[in-house]
Amino acid sequence: MKKKKMHIAAIVAAFLIVAGILYAADHIDAPTVTNQSTDITDLYVFRAQDPNNLVFVANSQGLASPGNTASLKFDANTLFEFNIDKDGDNVEDLVIQCKYDAASNKIQVYGPVVPSMVGTRSKLEGNMSAEVGVTPYGGSAIIGTGSTGIKVFAGPRDDPFFFDFNKYKEILAGMATGFANPGTDTFAGTNVLSLVVEVPKSLIGASGNINVWLEAKKKI
Amino acid sequence: MKSTIKLIAIIFTSGVLISSCKKNDTMSPTVYYEQQDQMGRPGINTVFVADVADKETFNVTTPSLMGAAFQSKFQARLSALNPGYTVNVLGLDNTTFTSVLATDVLNVSTTGPTKFFTSTTDYLTGRGLADDVIDNELTLIFGGSTGASNPGLTSDHVNANDKVFLTSFPYLASPW
Repeated sequence: MKKKKMHIAAIVAAFLIVAGILYAADHIDAPTVTNQSTDITDLYVFRAQDPNNLVFVANSQGLASPGNTASLKFDANTLFEFNIDKDGDNVEDLVIQCKYDAASNKIQVYGPVVPSMVGTRSKLEGNMSAEVGVTPYGGSAIIGTGSTGIKVFAGPRDDPFFFDFNKYKEILAGMATGFANPGTDTFAGTNVLSLVVEVPKSLIGASGNINVWLEAKKKI
Repeated sequence: MKSTIKLIAIIFTSGVLISSCKKNDTMSPTVYYEQQDQMGRPGINTVFVADVADKETFNVTTPSLMGAAFQSKFQARLSALNPGYTVNVLGLDNTTFTSVLATDVLNVSTTGPTKFFTSTTDYLTGRGLADDVIDNELTLIFGGSTGASNPGLTSDHVNANDKVFLTSFPYLASPW
C-alpha cells in the first residue's frame, strides 16, 4: 500500500516536471511554497551606489504576467528574513526582518539585530528600523528611510532573473543536447514582488566576508 | 498525507503555545514564524536537489546542517548531470565542489566589489542584478578544468535581463 502510494507520487512528480512546472533560481522550487506568499524567487546582495552600504533584495511570487501583477499582495502572516553570518559558522549572527502590516499597507523592517533565537523558527526582534508604503502597480517607487540610514522599497518589479529555463528542461529530459544560440529568456516580460533594503555597512559591523541567506517564514 | 502531518504538527505546536500563555495572561502571546522556504546561491535547490521530498527538506534545513545532510546527494546529482566531471575551472573535484554548494549561503564581501563570478581567482563576493549566474554555474558544472568542455552546455546564451537596471535605489527595473 505504502509502496503503491510512493509509486504514484513518483509518477505524479515526473509528470509535473515533464508537464513544464517551472523550477528556476528558486522560483516555485518545492510544492509547499508553490503559489504561496512564502515562495522566494531570488536573493541578491550587492554593494550599493554608495559603497558604504549593502543592498539586500528578496523577490517572491514570480512569473507574474503584467495582467496579474496588480493582484500580487504581501501577506501579513509571512516574514522575510535576511540571515547574516559574520564568523563563518553558517549560523545567523544578525537578522534583517521584513513584515507586512495590512492595516497601514506598509512593509516594516526590523534589524539588523542579533536574534534571540536562531534556526527555522523566529519572532520579531528588537525595534522597527524603517518602514515604507507598498508601491502600487504602475506607481512610481516609494522609498522609506529609517533613522539609522536604512532605505526600503516594497512592491512589484520586473523579475531581474534571466535564463533559458525551458531549454534547460528539454536538455534534462533528453529532448535537446545543448542550448540554443541565441537563447530565449523564460522570465522575459514577467514580474515579481520585491523587497529592497539598503543598509549602512556600519550596522552590520563586519569587515571582510559575510554569508547571507534568505528565509521565508509563516506565522504559526 | 504530508500536509495532514504538517497540520497536526501546527495544531500541536499552537496548543503548546496557547497553554504556556495561560500561565501569564497579562502578556500578549509572542508570535512565532516557522520556515517554509530559503535560498542562498541561485538555482541550488532547483539544480542539485532532484527529489521532491528532498526539495522540501532542503528548504527547512538550516545552513549549518546542510552539508552533512546533502553533500553526498549533491555529488550523486553532479555525476548524473555530468558523468565526465573530474574537476572544474576552479580546480575543485566533485567532493570539494559539492561540499561548497551543499551549504547554500551567498558569500558577500563587505569591503570590495560584489559579483557572483569575476575570474577564477575572484568569485563569490556577492550577487549583482546583472550577473549571469546561470552561465557561471553551467561552466562550473559542465566546462571541465578549462571551462571549454561541453560547449553546448556551458551557456544558455541569455546574457542579460530584458530591462535595464537603475543605477540608484531601488535598483530593480519597474514592472512590465
